Amino acid sequence: MSTEATAAAIGDKIRCDACPVMCYIKPGAAGACDRYANHDGQLVRVDPHIVLERTVERGGRLVPFQAGGDWDGKIVQQPDIFVTAIGAGTTYPDYKPAPFIVSSEIDGVDMVTVVTEGIFSYCGVKVKIDTDRYLGPETAAVRAEGETVGHVTTSEYGSQMLSLGGVHHLTGGSKKEGRVTCDTLMDLSNGKPVELTIDGGATVVVQAGKAPIVNGVPEERMRVGCGSATIGMFAKQWHGKVDEVVVVDDHITGVLSEHQAGKLLDIADTGIKMKGRRSTPGRYFQVAEPGTGWGGTKISDPLSVLGPFDRKEARPGLTMLMVSTTGEHSAYYVLDEALRPIEKEMPLDLKLSVERIQENCEPALCTVLFMGGAGGSLRAGVTDNPVRLTRSVKDALTRVTSGGAPVYVWPGGGITFMVDVTQMPAGAFGYVPTPALVAPIEFTMRLADYAALGGHMDYVRPLSSLRDSAEVRQMPYMPGRRA
Amino acid sequence: MKRLPQIALLPGGKRLHLQDGPIDLIVEASGSDVREAYEAAAQRFTGLLDELCEELVELRKAADAAQCKLKGVVARRMHAAVAPFAADGFITPMAAVAGSVAEEILGAMLAAPWLDRAYVNNGGDIALHLAYGEQFTVGLMDRPDSHGLMHTMVVSADDPIRGIATSGRHGRSFSLGIADAVTVLAKTASQADAAATIVANAVDLPGHPAIVRLPANELQPDSDLGARLVTREVGALSESEIEQALGAGADCARRLLAAGLIEGAALRLAGETLLVGARRTGSRARHEHPLEVMQV
Repeated sequence: MSTEATAAAIGDKIRCDACPVMCYIKPGAAGACDRYANHDGQLVRVDPHIVLERTVERGGRLVPFQAGGDWDGKIVQQPDIFVTAIGAGTTYPDYKPAPFIVSSEIDGVDMVTVVTEGIFSYCGVKVKIDTDRYLGPETAAVRAEGETVGHVTTSEYGSQMLSLGGVHHLTGGSKKEGRVTCDTLMDLSNGKPVELTIDGGATVVVQAGKAPIVNGVPEERMRVGCGSATIGMFAKQWHGKVDEVVVVDDHITGVLSEHQAGKLLDIADTGIKMKGRRSTPGRYFQVAEPGTGWGGTKISDPLSVLGPFDRKEARPGLTMLMVSTTGEHSAYYVLDEALRPIEKEMPLDLKLSVERIQENCEPALCTVLFMGGAGGSLRAGVTDNPVRLTRSVKDALTRVTSGGAPVYVWPGGGITFMVDVTQMPAGAFGYVPTPALVAPIEFTMRLADYAALGGHMDYVRPLSSLRDSAEVRQMPYMPGRRA
Repeated sequence: MKRLPQIALLPGGKRLHLQDGPIDLIVEASGSDVREAYEAAAQRFTGLLDELCEELVELRKAADAAQCKLKGVVARRMHAAVAPFAADGFITPMAAVAGSVAEEILGAMLAAPWLDRAYVNNGGDIALHLAYGEQFTVGLMDRPDSHGLMHTMVVSADDPIRGIATSGRHGRSFSLGIADAVTVLAKTASQADAAATIVANAVDLPGHPAIVRLPANELQPDSDLGARLVTREVGALSESEIEQALGAGADCARRLLAAGLIEGAALRLAGETLLVGARRTGSRARHEHPLEVMQV
C-alpha cells in the first residue's frame, strides 16, 4: 500500500513523518496514532477511514450502513451491510477501552444484532488438505513447535484431514502445549501459514486458501479420482492409442486392459502383472507403501509396481502409459524383445491425455474451518435466559454469523458452529491468556423475538449510533475469499 | 506537502469528526449555535498538534510540581493536571494530553453562546458542557461476554463533573498497573485524564509472577515512560488477588476523592468492578443492580 508519508530507517526502526509527532516505530508496531505502522520495514497505513475516503475520492459507491427494513426471517439472507463483532471487545477509537459512552438516544430500533467477541475454550479447527500424498497415519499426533496440537483424522475424498486444538490441548496439557495450540489455532484462523509435523509422517505448511507445502514441495493439484476412476473416465480417449495404461494411486491403482472399462472396449490382455492386492479386475490395493512420490505412493520408479510380463500374452513392441492420478507423473514404455518395458518419448496424443488429467484436477488447497461452542457465559451476554437463545437458534428465529460470515450450527445441544475462516475479515481472531481463542459471533433476530427471549432491552443501541463509531466495512458473501 | 487535519461531519450530519496525527475527536453539540461552535472547534483544532509537538521533548519529561517551563496553553494545562501527582512519583504531562486537548476544543466551542449540551470525545477522554437544567446519561459498559451488565449514571448541569477519562492496560498508552480500565469522573477532562492514569497504575500486584512487564521504550522507542516496566499481559489471578489489586487502586482513588481531585471512579479488573464515590444510577428497567451495594 502506498502512503503519503515517508519514513526514514534507523536500525530496524523507522521514523514516520506523517505528522509532527515523528514517531519511531518498531517492526510490527504502530505509531502513536495507530494509523501508520511498520510492516517489515515499510511504513503502511492501517486505518479504515482512509479506505473509505479513497473510495469516495475515486467516485466509488458507498453502501449505507443501515441494512434497512426488518429481517424477513429467511435463513439465507445476504445483507449488504452487517455489523460484525470484530473489535466489539473494545470501543472506538480502539486506543483506549472507554466503557463510558455518552448516549441519549435509544429509540427507533427495529433490529437487534447482539455483537460480542466470544471467548472459546472449547474450540478448534478442522483442516482439509487437498493432497493424496501420505501425511501420516490416522490418529498420529500433529505437532507445532514440537508440541502436540491435534491429530490426523479420517481422510476425505482426495484430501487428508487434521483435527487441531480442542480443550484438551488448550488447557489439559502443559503450559507450553496450551500456548502453542492457541497460537496455531489463531494463526490458522487468521489465514497465516503454520508448519505442522506429523508423527511418523510428513512436515506440511498449512495456510487457509493456499496450496499445502508437503516436505518443502508445494502441492499443485488434487487427483482427478482414484486410479480405477481415472481408467473409467479416460478409457475411451486411450482406446486405439496405447495397448496398456496403468494409473498409479495410493488407494486403488487401475489397469486398463483388465478394468471393466477396458473390457467394454474389447481391449486385449497384455500379460501385465501388478504387485499389490487385487480388489476386482483391473483394480489393485496397496501396490506400494504410501508416500510423497507417484500418486501418493512412495515410489519414484513406476516400474517397481510391476512384475515381469506374462510371456503367453505379452509381445515385443507392446506400448504402455503409466501415469499418476494427478497427471503430475507420467512415462511411456515399449516392451523390448525380452518383454522388458523400455522408456521412450511419449507420443503427442498421449501427452494430451496426461494434460487432460491435469486439467481435470482441481487446485489443491488447504481449507480451515473454525469450530467452537458458544457456552453459558457468552449466551448470558445476550440474554437473561441463555437456553432460550439456544432454542431460538434451533428454531431458526435467530441467525448466527461469525464476523459476518455464515456458519453451520451443529444439531443437538448447545450452539456449536463451524465457519470457513477465509470468509471472515483478516485478523478476526484473537486470544486470551487462559489460553482460549476470541472469535466474533453475532446473533441476529427480530427485536420482538429478542425481547421475548429475555434480551437486555435497556442496552439496545440504534444502528445509527454505531454508524461512525465502529470500523465499518462491507462484508460481501464471497465464499472462499477473505473479505 | 502541507498537512491538514481531517475535519468532517459524520454521516447523519450531527457529529463532527476531527483528526490529526494521533488526535481523534468526536464532537457533538446541541443548541441554536451548533454551526458556529463546530466552526470554532475546527479553527482551534487546525495547528493544535503542531503547537503541542513544538514542546514535545519537554512534555515527555517528568513534570516538576513546583514550576512549569511550558508555554502553550494546552501544554500548560497538561502540566497543571499532572502537577498534583508529581511530588509522589514519576509522571509526565503526556498523562493528561488527551483530556487537555478535549478541554481545549470544548473551550473554543463555548465561544458560541447558545449551546445546551456539548461533548468532545478524544478516544474515551471526554470533556462535557451542560447548560442549566441539561444532563448527559453516561453508561458504563461491561464486556458483553461477561454478564451484559451496564451501569448508567446521569451527569447533570448542577454536578461538578465536566470531564470523564479512562485508562488501563489495554489502552493505546501504556499502564504501569494491571487494571483493565479505570474510568474517572472529575471537574475537567484534563484532571480526569491524569487521575485515571494514576489510579490505573495503582491497581497492581507488584512482583506477581503471572504479570508480564516490559520496558516501555522496547515497545515504543520514544515513549515518555522510558525504560519503566509496563504491563503487557496478565495471567490468571485468584479472587483474593483481584480484590487486593482493586483495593490498592481504590485506596488511591479515595485519596484523590478526599483531595478534591476527582468526583468518582470505576475500577475494572478481570470482570470485577469497584466503584469509588460513585453517584446516582440511571433508570434501569432490567438487571437492577444498585450501585450503592458496590460502593466503597
